[in-house]
Amino acid sequence: MKLIVEPTPHIRSSNTTDKIMGRVLIALVPALVMSVYIFGMRALYLSIVCMGSCIIFESLFRRFIRKDKEIDPSPAVTGLLLAFCLPVTLPYYMAIIGCFIAIVVVKQLFGGLGQNFANPAIVARIVLMLSFTSEMTYWVKPNVGSAADAVSSATPNAVDGLTAATPLMLEAGEQVPGMWELFMGYHGGSLGETSEFALLLGFAFLVLTRVIRVVTPIAFISTVAVGALITGADVGLHLLSGGLVLGAVFMATDYSTTPVSLTGKFIFGVGCGIITLIIRFFSDMPEGISYAILIMNILTFYIDKFTFPKPFGAVREGRNDDEK
Amino acid sequence: MSKKVKILTKGIIKENPVFFTLLGMCPTLALSSSAQNAVGLGIATLIVLICSNVIISLLKKLIPAQVRLPCYITIIAGFTTFITLLLKAFLPDLYNALGIFLSLIACNCIIFARVEVFASKNGVLDSALDGLGMGLGFTLALFIMGTIREILGAGTWFGLQLPQLTEPMTIFIMPAGGFFALGFVIAAVNKFMKKRPHNISCDNCPHKAMCRRGEDD
Repeated sequence: MKLIVEPTPHIRSSNTTDKIMGRVLIALVPALVMSVYIFGMRALYLSIVCMGSCIIFESLFRRFIRKDKEIDPSPAVTGLLLAFCLPVTLPYYMAIIGCFIAIVVVKQLFGGLGQNFANPAIVARIVLMLSFTSEMTYWVKPNVGSAADAVSSATPNAVDGLTAATPLMLEAGEQVPGMWELFMGYHGGSLGETSEFALLLGFAFLVLTRVIRVVTPIAFISTVAVGALITGADVGLHLLSGGLVLGAVFMATDYSTTPVSLTGKFIFGVGCGIITLIIRFFSDMPEGISYAILIMNILTFYIDKFTFPKPFGAVREGRNDDEK
Repeated sequence: MSKKVKILTKGIIKENPVFFTLLGMCPTLALSSSAQNAVGLGIATLIVLICSNVIISLLKKLIPAQVRLPCYITIIAGFTTFITLLLKAFLPDLYNALGIFLSLIACNCIIFARVEVFASKNGVLDSALDGLGMGLGFTLALFIMGTIREILGAGTWFGLQLPQLTEPMTIFIMPAGGFFALGFVIAAVNKFMKKRPHNISCDNCPHKAMCRRGEDD
């Protein structure tokens, strides 16, 4: 009998990077469809520009550093996620700058797929937000729903990308969209974040295909809900406006930038929720979700260290052992 | 002669205080948001560096080893005050723009490093050349950083409006953009020099005594 000695892991799975990324892409399709329905064809063009330039930057950079040119769908996922947190009117070249930052600076410079410590789409969004603030906070009227008919709201500058909750940005006298419209996404905002309905469809698909665990999104969203409830704010608005669901489902569940263990994922979600609440209530920034996820991305290393599971039968080493 | 030239030029590129020894990060990051301020601070530092190097090289026999650091800092702070007052009198705009960082030249670690590792062990002319080279290297680094950040972040260069192809990326004149720009410039310089930062000689390193690499050489 031939014995094969090989390093762990020994458990095989049919999951590959291609498969997982493909499933994430499929899960993002409903939100893309809704964004085209709400904002028109430019939403589709912007998404295609982002996905295409992310793929091009990835292959160019890998050629530049003479690494194998394995192309998997992950840059397309990054590009689409980035497009989802941009406003529909953003000039294409700014989106391309964002793709460069996401793929080259945040992902490839730190070692490529699985090595980046921060979510590329989120950092790219923050850089664009700080660089082109006026373009990044220009919100158009949606094509559908009551806001389209409203005469008064020339600039429903209400909702920010992965960002401010509507109620915090609404001018006095502007009408708050109804819950159903918020849920379906018929209000101003970034491309993919407005329609919680479509995002939750994607969430269900990802959970059913076992791509993500439910812990992080649930912990994240319920922390925000509980916080809003305690402070007496409008819970529905806090959950359904801004980029909470997009961030919680697609960005706080990224494999390489979030904790591994279930406890870690839970801490990550709660932490994101608390930071979001703090930013929404106490800061004058029209930002919340993206900074929350970025800060927790940075803390992921420590969360992982803290929640490292104890091997069966292992005895915890005393502190003095380190000094020997 | 070639030795003197070498002392002068090594600070400019080969052992550039910003790009290779990563000294003086604080003024580099804080003041490189515009090319004008960057060059202004670079030249002020250059003058203080040359003067302190010369004086300390002259006094190196007189200064007792035990109290050398207080003596050095007194001399450096004296020249810094001199530069500060000159700028306040003749270039008040630059004085206001540089703000606290002008006084902080007194505790700039580039000057300390050069005084400690070079001027206190070498002759007057060599020390002056070393100060000139390191000061020029610092000014050059600040100039490069300031140029990149000002052109990308504000669309201007030395306050002149440049033809705008795109919106300026405001992040480059923010602190975060400073770190981005510094990282990329260092990467580019290393690539260009075909050299890794840890290959520089240990002779001038302030940590030589403590560092294990110093013992190997």
